[in-house]
Amino acid sequence: MTIKEIQQQIVEEFSVFTGWMDKYEYLIELGRLLPIIEEGAKLDENLIKGCQSRVWLKGEFTDGKLYFRADSDAIITKGIISLLVRVFSGREPSEILNSDVSFLDEIGLRENLSPTRANGLLSMIKQIKYYAALYSQTN
Amino acid sequence: MMNISSVSKIREHFPALKQKVNGKDLVYLDNAATAHKPIGVIELLNEMNSRINGNIHRAVHELSSRATDLYESARDDIREFINAQEREEVIFTSGTTASINLVANSFSQAFIKRGDSILISGAEHHSNIVPWQMACERIGATLKIIPVDNEGNWEMKTLDSLLDSTVKLIAVAHISNILGITNPVEELISKAHSLGIPVLLDGAQGIVHQKVDVQKLDCDFYAFSGHKLYGPTGIGVLYAKRKFLDEMPPWMGGGDMVATVTFKKTTYAQPPLKFEAGTPNFIGASGLGEAVRFLSEIDSTAINDNELQIVEYMNRELEAIEGLRLYGCSKNKIPLFSISVEGAHPSDMAMILDKMGIAVRTGQMCSEPLLDRYNVTSLLRASFGIYNTLEEASYFVASLKKVISMLR
Repeated sequence: MTIKEIQQQIVEEFSVFTGWMDKYEYLIELGRLLPIIEEGAKLDENLIKGCQSRVWLKGEFTDGKLYFRADSDAIITKGIISLLVRVFSGREPSEILNSDVSFLDEIGLRENLSPTRANGLLSMIKQIKYYAALYSQTN
Repeated sequence: MMNISSVSKIREHFPALKQKVNGKDLVYLDNAATAHKPIGVIELLNEMNSRINGNIHRAVHELSSRATDLYESARDDIREFINAQEREEVIFTSGTTASINLVANSFSQAFIKRGDSILISGAEHHSNIVPWQMACERIGATLKIIPVDNEGNWEMKTLDSLLDSTVKLIAVAHISNILGITNPVEELISKAHSLGIPVLLDGAQGIVHQKVDVQKLDCDFYAFSGHKLYGPTGIGVLYAKRKFLDEMPPWMGGGDMVATVTFKKTTYAQPPLKFEAGTPNFIGASGLGEAVRFLSEIDSTAINDNELQIVEYMNRELEAIEGLRLYGCSKNKIPLFSISVEGAHPSDMAMILDKMGIAVRTGQMCSEPLLDRYNVTSLLRASFGIYNTLEEASYFVASLKKVISMLR
């Protein structure tokens, strides 16, 4: 499946939710299921500091693909992170660079990306793109 | 004379409270960050923006005259509101932060030298930390800190040991924006003055929840903002004792703060204008005058009773929630509650509360050192204003419980 196809799948999954309550409950569940990044990776160098919640992101480049693991101390943020990991992990850098995150708009989570939320998500997406740019050069 | 005597009557004056957010009635509990404005203030701002607009102190024409009158009578209203001895001791600034920066720059230039120290507390807002750090770095002075105990109170015994002959100024919050405690400022000022040390009070929260009488307090400087006091944004006040204002050099230079200007030499105006360079926010200042006039017409017993009820209720209810820690426990508590909850991150809680129409604040509240002291990275804060009701407190508690059960 391409990144676009996975994003479409997520949008379909979210279409069953009628209100914000259901959406948040689902995100909380997803957040709980996301494997916790090991304490050793919760280093400051992997920390994307927003002033509302903390987000850790670790990227590894293997066999031409970028793999991401991530964590946050805020569970709703963690739920959104799990969606981003599902979409972007295990992909070629060039595919990541050519994608956007408009699917978050479509599932009604755009407000969570606004810089004023300062929850580290926007920075995390930038960081994913940065990793992709970095490793697309070594391709 | 309005004589507003109940919270419901007070509410009627605030149009912002009538709105819905996310489909729910707004329950605005972020007053420590900024407060809403009564219709009288809004109407005056509109009136000045649409008609009574003319640069002040500068012209003889009608509009300038009327604007100047509004600006200068606001200064008189504020002088009365805080019981300053002279109107010249009321300086208009852009807010608490600007007021503190003014003192940090100007007072230190005149009175602080290399090897001296400035004393602040461990529970200050960044606006009452950073200007002093910058001043100390410029001068070669030291910043000393009064530690805060687990309940959030100043360690008064340690304070005594910190007060030595190097201390040239003490700068502390009247009421903490995170702990919601009225600090023992009278005791501090008394100790400080016995050693000849002046005291600056960061009154951003204090002016809102206490009847401030600067002569009674005998503080040397008092800084506050208009927008937390139900007034406009972008305006604030520095109160300073005349004797200091006379000795302090001006900070910002420009129009209005001068007596004569030649390229050889420029002489300065007397206070307050000496510290009000350029065109001030005269519309904001006039609005602040209206805000304090509005507040003076409210029966203070009604506000105090309401506050006490809310404090009692919230203390009781929050204590009963398992895993919840309240920061700032004291009999001198104002209705401001910063909490952490085990298993629930403040930003998650606030996000869901927002969907329920409740506005609260999360994060570090511009007080990173204090949060470090309690080993937390983020808190949730609910802060009540004169228009908040016990019903709203009750709705907040019920919603908080729901939110916690969703997250845990």
